[in-house]
Order: sequence, then C-alpha cells, then structure tokens
Amino acid sequence: MTNSAQARNTKAENALELSDLSVAYRVAGRNRAVLRNLSLNIKQGEAYGLVGESGCGKSTVALTVVRYLPRNGSISGGAISLDGQNVMKLDGEALRRARAESVSMVYQDPGKALNPSIRVGRQLTEIFELGGITGQAATERAIAMLNRVRISDPPSVMQRYPHQLSGGMQQRVAIAMALANDPSMLILDEPTTGLDATVEAEVLDLIAQLRQELSASILFISHNLAVVSNMCDRVGVLYAGMLVEEGPTEIVFNDPRHPYTVALLRCLPRGGQRKDQGRLDTIPGFLPGIGADIKGCAFADRCALADDRCRTELPPLYDLGGRLSRCFYHDKAQSLPRATPSNVPAPAPKPAAAPVLRVAGLNKTYASHGHALRAVKDVSLDLRPGETLGLVGESGSGKTTFARLLLGLVPPDDGGTIELEGKALAPKLENRGDDQVKAMQIVFQNPDSALNRSHSIRHLIGRALKRLAGLRGKALEARLNDLVRSVRLTDRHLAVKPRQLSGGLKQRVAIARAFAGDPRIVVCDEPTSALDVSVQAAILNLLADLQAKEDVSYIFISHDLGVVRYLSDKIAVLYLGRIMEIGPSEQVFSGPHHPYTEALLSAVPKLDQTETARIRLDGEIPSATNPPSGCVFHTRCPRKIGPICEQQEPPLSEAQPGHSIRCHIPYAELARLQKTVVAEPA
Amino acid sequence: MSAVQTTSPAQDDTRRRSPLAEVLFSLMRSRTFLVGLAIVLFWVACALFGEHFAPYDPLADDIINALAPPSSEHWFGTDQIGRDVFSRVIVGSRDILTVAPLATLLATVAGTALGLLTGYFRGIVDDVVSRILEAFMAIPVVIVALLAIVALGTSKTTVIIVIGLSFAPIIARTVRSAVLAERELDYVAAAQLRHESALHTMFVEILPNVIPPILVETTVRLGYAIFAVATLSFMGFGIQPPSPDWGLSISSNYGMIGGGFWWTVLFDALAIASLVIGVNLVADGVHGALND
Amino acid sequence: MVFLGGQVLPGNVGRAILGPFADQRAVDALNHTLGVDRPLLTQYATWIWNFVRGDMGTSYIFRSPVAPFVIDALGNSMKLAAVAFVLVVPIGILGGVIAALNLNRPLDRIISLGGLSVTVLPEFVTGIILILIFGVWLRWLPISAAWPKNAGFFTQLYYLILPSLPLFLVLFGYIARMARSGMIEALDSDYTRTAVLKGLPWRTVIWRHVLRNALLPTITVIATQTGYLIGGLVVIETLFRYQGIGSLIFTAARGKDFPMLESGILTIGIVYAVATLIADFLYSVLNPRIRLGSDQ
Repeated sequence: MTNSAQARNTKAENALELSDLSVAYRVAGRNRAVLRNLSLNIKQGEAYGLVGESGCGKSTVALTVVRYLPRNGSISGGAISLDGQNVMKLDGEALRRARAESVSMVYQDPGKALNPSIRVGRQLTEIFELGGITGQAATERAIAMLNRVRISDPPSVMQRYPHQLSGGMQQRVAIAMALANDPSMLILDEPTTGLDATVEAEVLDLIAQLRQELSASILFISHNLAVVSNMCDRVGVLYAGMLVEEGPTEIVFNDPRHPYTVALLRCLPRGGQRKDQGRLDTIPGFLPGIGADIKGCAFADRCALADDRCRTELPPLYDLGGRLSRCFYHDKAQSLPRATPSNVPAPAPKPAAAPVLRVAGLNKTYASHGHALRAVKDVSLDLRPGETLGLVGESGSGKTTFARLLLGLVPPDDGGTIELEGKALAPKLENRGDDQVKAMQIVFQNPDSALNRSHSIRHLIGRALKRLAGLRGKALEARLNDLVRSVRLTDRHLAVKPRQLSGGLKQRVAIARAFAGDPRIVVCDEPTSALDVSVQAAILNLLADLQAKEDVSYIFISHDLGVVRYLSDKIAVLYLGRIMEIGPSEQVFSGPHHPYTEALLSAVPKLDQTETARIRLDGEIPSATNPPSGCVFHTRCPRKIGPICEQQEPPLSEAQPGHSIRCHIPYAELARLQKTVVAEPA
Repeated sequence: MSAVQTTSPAQDDTRRRSPLAEVLFSLMRSRTFLVGLAIVLFWVACALFGEHFAPYDPLADDIINALAPPSSEHWFGTDQIGRDVFSRVIVGSRDILTVAPLATLLATVAGTALGLLTGYFRGIVDDVVSRILEAFMAIPVVIVALLAIVALGTSKTTVIIVIGLSFAPIIARTVRSAVLAERELDYVAAAQLRHESALHTMFVEILPNVIPPILVETTVRLGYAIFAVATLSFMGFGIQPPSPDWGLSISSNYGMIGGGFWWTVLFDALAIASLVIGVNLVADGVHGALND
Repeated sequence: MVFLGGQVLPGNVGRAILGPFADQRAVDALNHTLGVDRPLLTQYATWIWNFVRGDMGTSYIFRSPVAPFVIDALGNSMKLAAVAFVLVVPIGILGGVIAALNLNRPLDRIISLGGLSVTVLPEFVTGIILILIFGVWLRWLPISAAWPKNAGFFTQLYYLILPSLPLFLVLFGYIARMARSGMIEALDSDYTRTAVLKGLPWRTVIWRHVLRNALLPTITVIATQTGYLIGGLVVIETLFRYQGIGSLIFTAARGKDFPMLESGILTIGIVYAVATLIADFLYSVLNPRIRLGSDQ
C-alpha cells in the first residue's frame, strides 16, 4: 500500500508505528502467540480505536508499546516506533525518558492504578519534578492539571488519598497524571469500563474535550464498539492477535468489509430492536484461544463464507482505498448469511392474565457503620406471566438488593408484601414452601461464582432437577437430556467441570439449572455482562426462546440499556433504592421520561449516533446512607425546578395508564421540555 | 482484559485437563516437591523397616564401647551407654512419625469442622468461637503443651491431643477465611434456592472447594507438628525413654557436648532437620501447585 | 485483638500438686491454705488486683515472693529477644526485598529455599548444630549464655550471640517470606505500573511506591511473632541454661509452682498484648486507609 515516497514521509507523520509486531506469552512451558504480525500506524493528532473481544490481544498492544509486558511475555518480532524512535532499541534510561516525555497510559480500574498510600497531590507533583519543576511551581502545575480535568477544588483533592475519591474522580486524576507531561501519545485501555453509565459519559466527554485542547495522538482500546465509534477517527478490529479490518470509524461501522466485523455488529441489539421483532444474530463457535495454531484465516471456523482457501491460506490485508480488510471475500462480506434466523414464531397474544408477582411497599434497610442504609425504599410493582420487567439503574440503585429480597436470600424490612400467584411469600427463604422456592429462580451475573467448581455439569443440573423437580432415576435422566438440549448444550458437556467450559457455555448451564423446576419467574441479574458480545447475543436469544416456550416471566437486571430494551416489556428505573419511573418499555424509552431516565439514555454511547445534545449530570451518585432531602435526584438533576425539589419527595404518580414517574414536573411539561431538546439542532 | 469481561478466553468448548490432573502435572514438574517427597519417603521407610537394615539393636547397651567416636564398626559412634547411634538414628523416626501425623490429623479434622461452622454460620457463633480461638493462638504452642502435659501427665496420647488441639485453631482460622470467601459466591445462594440443608451446603457444596487450602495447611502443620513433637521430647515432655527418638536422644546427650562428644547429638539433629525440611519442601510444592 | 493472659487458670491446684492418688482431705486442706478453694472469680480478681500492685504471690517452691524472679527473668529474656530482633528485622526484610527484586533468579531461590529451611527447624536443632560449630569445633563463642558477674555490655552481647542465632534463623525465614510476597504483590500492582509509566527512575519507584505498600503486612507479622518468640525462648533458655522468662516458666511447670507459672504466663500475655498494640498502631499510622477511613 505504501510507495517509497510515502514511507519516507510517514516517519514524521506517524505518532506510533507498529510493524509486523509479534508477541507471545509463555504458559506452562510453551510460547503462545498473542499478537501475530500486527502492523498499524497512528498519525499525529489522530485518535485510533482498537476493538476486539477478550483474549484478542488488544491490551497486549498497549503494554507492548510502553514495554511493560508481564514477566512471561516477550516480543518475538517486529518493530515499534514512537515518534520515529524505535522503542525496542531503547536502553533502560532512554526508555524511562520516553515514558516520562512522550507516552502516557490510562487503564481501567483507576482505584488500583493510583498508589493507595500516597496523597493525590504528591502523585501528581512527582511527575513535574521529573521535568525539574519542584516545590510551589509543581503544586501550581498540579492544580492547573486537576482544573483541566474538571475537578472542582483541586487543592483539597490534592490533600486526599485515592480511596477518598469516587471512581469517576479517580479516573480523572489518572487522566490528569497521564496528561501532566504533555505526551505526544496517549494510550487509553478501557478507560471507562467498570464505571457507571453517567460517570462513563462524563469521562468520555472529558477525553473528547481534552482532545481539542491537546495535541496528543490517542490509541483507544475498548471492547465497546459504540464508545470507540464516538471517540475515534479510525478503528482497527483485532481478532486472535491479527488485524482483520481497519479504516475510518464511520465507514468501518456502517459498511464493514470483514465477516467478523459484520457479525459482531449484528450481535448488538440496536436501534431499539425488541425480542418480538426478531432474534439477534450470533457468531457460531468460539474465539480461538491464546496461542492457538492458526493456518488460514483466524475467523474461518466461524464464518459461513469460508471455503477451503480460507482454511489453508492466510488472507492478506487487502487495501480497499483508505481501508483494509483481511478477507478473500471482502467484497461480499456483508452478504454473510445469518447464523441464527431472524424470524421468530409470533407469540400468541395473551389475555391480560392475573399478575404472577405482586410486590407492595417493599423496603430494605441495612445498618452500615451506625448509619441506616436504605437500599430499597417503598418499591411496589407487579409482573404478568410471560412478561419481562427490566430493572435499570447505576451502582447503589438497589436493583440487585431488590432481586435478593424477592428470592428471599435477604429478608426485607417488616411491612412490605410479596405475593406469588396470589399467595403471600414468607420474607425468609427457609420459611417458603418448596413449590414457592422452585417457582422463582435466578441466573447470576458471573457463572464462575454461580456454578460450584467442584461439581460436574451433570451433577449441577441433576441436583437441581432432583431438588426442584423432585425427579429420580430414569425420569431425571430423561428430563436432564431435554433440559440440556433446550439450552443447546450437548452430552459431552455433562461430564466436565465448569472451568473446562467457556463463559457462554457456563451461563447456559446456569440457565438450565434455573429452569429445572419449571419456574414461573426467573431473575436474570446481569446475565450477559461477563460475556463477550458474540456470546451475549446467543444467551439473549436463548432467554427469549425459553420465555416464548415456557411462558415464564423475567426480572431482567442490566446496566446495558440496549440489552434491557431488547428483552423487556416493562421497565423500572431505580435510583438510590427508589423507583423513579416505571412503565411499558417503549414508553419509558421514547419518553417523555423522568429526567434521570433521560440522562441515563443520553449517557449511552450509540453506534449510530445522531448528534443529540447530551444531558450531563453534575456530581457523583450520592451515598445511600445519607440520601439528599426531597427528591433524591435533585443534587444532579438538570431539570430541577426550585426549592420544592429539595424539600418534598415527589410521589410516583401515574402519568399514562401503566406509566408512572416520580417527579415534581408535570407530565405535559416534561413532554414539552424533552421534545425541545430533541428538536434542537446539533 | 476488562472488568466486565471476566471470562478467560474460550478455546475449544471442552478445553484443558481436569483440575486434578493439572495439579498432579505441576507437582511432578516441581523439583522442590520431588526432593522433599524423597526425603520424607526415606524416613517413612526407615520407620517401617528400619530394624531390618539397622546394624545393631538400637536399644542394646554395650558399656565397654560407650562414647566411642565414629568408626567402621559404629558409623556414627556410640552413646554414653554404648548404644549404636547409627541404628538409633535409623529407627528413631518411628515415634515422631506416628505422633506427629496423628496430631496433624486430629488438628485437621477438628480445625476443618470448626472453620466450616464458624465460617458458614457467622454471627454470634463465629464471634464467640473466633475470640476463643484467637486467645488460644496467642499462647505459644510450646507453653500450651507444657501446661497441658503438666496437668495431664506425659504419654504419646497426651502429646497427640495437645498438639492436635493447639494446631486446630490455626487450621480453623485458615478454613474459616476460605469458607467466608466461598460463602459469598453465588453457588451457595443457588443451593439455598434449592432448599438444601445447612449440612449439605457445608459439606457437599463448600467443603470440596476449600480442600486445597486445607491440604496446604495440613502439610505445613505436619512440619510444625514434627517440630513440636521433637521440641517436647527434647524438653522431656514428649516421647519417653527408652525410645530412640531423636529429640529425646539429643536431650539426654547434649549435656556432654562441652566434652567433645559431638556424634551423640549431631546425627540426631541432622535427622530431625532433614525430615522437617523434607516435609516443608513437600508443603511448598503443594502450595505452589494449588495456587498456580 | 488484645489477648488477656489470665485465661490460663489451673483447675484443681491441690490435686495437681499432690497427684491423683492423694487423700481428698489433704487436697482440700492444701487448697484452703493456698486460697484456691474460693470462688473462681474472686480468686481471679484478687490475683489480678495483686498482680497489678506488683504482688505476684508467693512461689510454692522457693517460699518467697514471685515478683523479683519474674522481673529479673523478663529483663534477661528481653535482652536475648532484643538481640535477635534487632538483627532479624532489617536483615529479614532486606532478604525478602532482594529475593523479590530477583524473582525466580538464583539469588531468589537461595534466599527463599534457605529461608524456608532454617525457619522450619526446631530451635534446639539449630542450637545444637550452632553450638557444635561455633562453640565446640571453632571455639569462637561460649556455649553457655551465663556471662560472668559484672560483665559489661559488649561481653553480655558476646555471650548472647549464639543463643540468639536460632531465634534469628526461625524469624528470618518468616520475615523474608512475608516481605518477599508483599514485594511481589506490590511490584505486580497497577499502581507500580503507573509509577513506572510516569517515567520515574526505578529507584524512586521502589522507594516511594513499592516499599511502603509491600511492607505493611510484614509489620503485622513481625508483631505476631512475639508470641512465637516467647515459645522459642523456653527452648533456647533451657538449652543455653539462661535465666529468662522461658526457663522460669519451664522450671515452674516442672515443679508445679503455680504462682510462679501464672505470673510468668500473665507477664508474657501482657508483653504479647503490648506488642500487638504497637503493631496495630504502626499499621494504622502507615496505612492511610485505616487512618482516615473513607469519605464514601
């Protein structure tokens, strides 16, 4: 793709060049390839996004650039050039200078990235000291830097230790530290993963603003395609340590030319897609493991377009005019047939049945360091057979506590009632009948925690059938086989232990277990957030299919609004343990909605961004031990109307049939306000 | 790679060896483990079959040849009543290798039960029992043993019980903290959602998952049990004469080292050293294999 | 957290002294003279009260007040323990730090395996071997810890080297091991990565960012080792015929001299509690998370 003239120019032009980079990790005495002949260039001032699923090597790229591979990692070939400087040839001192002067890195989990026993200020000033700026001058520079990352009252923050700051603040400090030396190259490795949606939005906004102010080029690494699409000029898609596609972000995401990119984009619930409108597409098979032996195209095993040539011959990176694709059939990549048919049997229209679950006035108060922590406050709702209730909210919203109250794992405060099929449930699990227990089950977020690692899959599912369905012997065997097939596992999975299965398969086992006793309600607590995108789609499809077949109701908890929207008929938005809004899914999403819902929705990075003004929230999520007076949301509410918000807690009032909002602003006024924002030209 | 993506990369759908095979595989690759195992097996063999290849009767005195330095007849010399030191060293592992493992077994069983109960039920049971165990652990084992043996008199059974009960709180603490961590895992909640009994949850669900730390702690404790038995014997509170026990032999001979009769104690000391180090090498190997 | 030493109370003192076959009336009579037949709590309270006032009771064997014996012995033991401690804390930490900085290289293996080996050996075994080497064969050091009367500081130190070595060896392995694993954890941490990627010199990274976090747990361990140390003293003091608290307890136990035994044990309980308190204090001073709590 490059002629010699261009090659000469790129020296000055590129902030980062990786050429033919190969990296291996030594595991159990064998070198396993993580990056395979990776080449990419990032121009001065450019933001380049690197996307891929877990194990594809994207974090390894970051660590290789700064030469900080784990002890068992080694660069087995290729070259890295940072601002024209060959990083691999640097000696210790030169490498240290390069880190001090030209490259910085921010990674996920800022709580761990900052030194717990040194004050924030000191951690900043030591960077300036490297450049010879000391004492008061360094302090002033540090304050200026904290101002730059929009931290209010920097002098007081400088006096604190990291654990005294919230996650969002910690990440701002980490960004300030990274930018303190005015680097030419800034590497961001999943910088917002693990943060709450509204906090993530703020940090992303900050990064976008800083880009305008600073000259740094950016390597942005993320598993989240939408985040990358909003932040980056160009994007590279990594699969099994190889670049499979690269090009300008907008073009790649709207007109992908590699089957993997095509399939990945189809896996995401997009544009308000719902379960009754069709199934998500999936990617069959599994990601190749680290160090897997790959002969032809790494994606061939999972690609419906692949032929013998794909399996034996590594496709080159085809230059398609400003973009690259590593596929022989890049021209017809988009004709990749679906792995899962989209059409679904239309669910039979159901008569309005009596609610299977009815919750009234449920409260839960924890004692926390002598303070009362109201994790769940006055929650009432009901759920019909075959219906999905989505629970949405950030950390501390009480959604998981609510689920545990329902299941009886945690007893609620006195007073509230939970009725299952018209019969009151005892607050404690021990006091509930066997029939009641089997009628309500759960699929946990993390299958590694939910499945006992000492037991075989057969034992795990068999024991559930024995206890919940009361089956024995032949009948148990028969039902076990049915159940295993219905979650699309096979017999050979039965003999193994959970750790021998991949994340997606483990989650299927957990689902099978939850369905062992023909439950009426299954609580799904973030069932896909530990999974890769390509695996997530298959699990969501499975849940939708099982629901259509068994007429089971779901309580579906997720921080991913796209996923919630896909599965839910009804949505409840929680904030500090209170329901702020509850109503039919489409009404909650399309609005008019509660200002908090509005902020949550606008915080979600979208792939198909139609530039809407983002509603920014001020400040942090308040502590549940000391919730704000009046409306608990008033401290962050962009639509606060006056003292009434601080003094009186608004009631949850029904605005439309079945749609209730807890806000002092009248429904009609909300409609008017939110319409105007939407209509405003970007 | 990222917080929400905690799954390890999937390769094939049923990848990897079974967990047990992996542990054995890594044990067999560990040089420290193999060396330790060889030493321990050597002394176990001596304990079992020592009298068959010991050149003399370890208990037979021979006053004329008392305190003879090492020679071709008596490789390790003779003690103050002329007993052959080499034969005594060979057979001397027998008592310690009965008492120490039994004490460890007692400690493991009692400690595991206590740890499971306190870790599982938490609350008041845990508070009370843990406080008592903590207080107990603050007293050095040697002193506990000393007091108990003063009160109960000296016998092998007493030594086993004393050391077993002194070590039980330490094992209980290890098990408890492992159980506390396990209890937070969702499979325990899943068991409750099947209305499993507390006993089932403790012994069938949780126990298999805390076996690795118990195993490590047990091997480490075995080392300390040998340490403790030897020390008690040396202090005169452990194994009693005329056993050729190493600690006991040192105790009855060390008064004479000033006189230059080094062979009466050196070989016993080295024997104890090798056995204790061997057991700890094994423990170290097991720890390494289980924590990979 | 704070261990109260008085939990160790003998059951029936008279029975224990006179043996299981003594006449019950004789036992009762003896118990009465000793005052041990009063209700346990009263007895206990009186005893604690007297202890606090410095009256530790009367020795059954020496028929004289216990206090001077205990105080003397404690002083001697402190000297011995101090020599061992002063040597082992810096050297143990240094060993662990060096091992971690050379992870999986020969130096690390030597320190780790060497540390493991010497730590697990009973003190009397290392004691015997050291006596043979330095006292009998090389004749560099005295084999008994009993120094001549009116010996000066350095003479006393000279006599204490050999007895303190077995304690040193046992503690060395512990401390080095803790320091090593603390260092490895800190070196692998994200904050160390942050510090390195800031471009700080390696020396600064280690001194400022790694060491403090790495050595926090080690400090707690060192304090808990005072408990062990006391156990070790019993053996060492017997082996080297040294008049310390360990040999005092040992002799008292053998002679069933309960006032002496109880006072000795209560004394070490107090020493232990003080050591634990100091460790907790140090730990919270060094760890801002505990010192300041969390704002959230």
